[in-house]
Amino acid sequence: MNKRQTRLSAETIAVSRGGRTIFEQVSFTLGAGEMLAVTGANGSGKSTLLRAVASLLPLAEGTIRFEHPGRDDATTAENVHYFGHLDGLKPGLSVRDNLALWAKFAGRAGLPAIEALEQVELDHLDDLPAGYLSAGQKRRASLARLLVVQRPIWLLDEPTSALDSRSEAIFGDLLAQHLGEGGLALAATHRPLPVESRATLALGAA
Amino acid sequence: MTNFFFALVGRTVRLSLGAGGGAFVGLIFFLSVVAVVPFGVGPDMKLLARIGPAMLWIAALLATLLGLDRLFQDDRDDGSLDQFMLSGLPLELVVLAKAIGHWLATGLPLVLGAPVFGLILGMEAQAIGLVTLTLLIGTPALIFIGTIGAALITALRRGGLLVAILVLPFTIPVLIFGVSTITAATTTGMPVMNPMLILVALTMASAVIGPVAGAAALRAGMD
Repeated sequence: MNKRQTRLSAETIAVSRGGRTIFEQVSFTLGAGEMLAVTGANGSGKSTLLRAVASLLPLAEGTIRFEHPGRDDATTAENVHYFGHLDGLKPGLSVRDNLALWAKFAGRAGLPAIEALEQVELDHLDDLPAGYLSAGQKRRASLARLLVVQRPIWLLDEPTSALDSRSEAIFGDLLAQHLGEGGLALAATHRPLPVESRATLALGAA
Repeated sequence: MTNFFFALVGRTVRLSLGAGGGAFVGLIFFLSVVAVVPFGVGPDMKLLARIGPAMLWIAALLATLLGLDRLFQDDRDDGSLDQFMLSGLPLELVVLAKAIGHWLATGLPLVLGAPVFGLILGMEAQAIGLVTLTLLIGTPALIFIGTIGAALITALRRGGLLVAILVLPFTIPVLIFGVSTITAATTTGMPVMNPMLILVALTMASAVIGPVAGAAALRAGMD
């Protein structure tokens, strides 16, 4: 991976939902190993920005470009891990079975499922139906999804919510490791992040 | 990529067959409708045998529509749908995988149950065979058409009955050619192949239109 050329840039993007402009004139550039913290009051569009970067929401204006040598064919959507409010876990399936589907995502293969669960300290619960997990454990199971397939951009929406201090430290280590390997991250948060961010993007209240 | 497709088919089947999945509710509903008909029309074996194929088809149609409402709604509610969109698999194929999985869990049991229910209605062997065959060909079309409705109501809360109302008119051609294949052989003596080939065509066309339209509906609902 060529660190210098990996770049995620957004130019004067705007998103509107239901005819109302959530934010406009937002621009940022992010290189390999860098993290951008997105801050702002409730309803200022932090989650919307992350969903727009993940191409889950259409842009009203502007462009988002991701330059990543070696994987020219992949779209931005295939380069991002979206770690949002919803965990994407099926309560009836075991943690391991839940993870098995996410491991088949497009992208470079990452850790085997059981090792990813060891990283988030859930390996002892891998055959428990996900519905029995606590909120923080669900969050960690969802975090394991980011490890089974390697994708360069992590989009983190309130990543540390529901995590205890120990889990938060684990998350900090994983994030630092991801950035250290040349990954990128966008994190929307109210609380201080366990890893130093390169820049802060403050969104005004809508 | 293909791994993800087949894993998604398998998971849809497992979730459907598991607790709260509702795969067996459809089959039991199918049985209930068929079992109630003789009470309504009376113990006239000749009449029952004559209307049997149509009753089986209508019951199968209703049973199919019954389980469609949660097809994408659960995935939207727990965030899985977001992940599917980022999976690298085109959304059309995600919809196709969900539809195939849903047919395996809910459509196929109806096909397998049809011969037994045909006996309840006093149908002849030839008619029972044809009902089973036409349901095997036709139920995928019902599900593919229903997938569009299921995708449309994904963004709505409590859209359960709405799917049935939206989808029912579009399934009428499938019903007509499914039943007329059987009556062509058993009562009117017309060639069987003509209506059956149209039924095959309906299934093949809906297998293409369903996923494309369903994916478009899901995208529109993301806003």
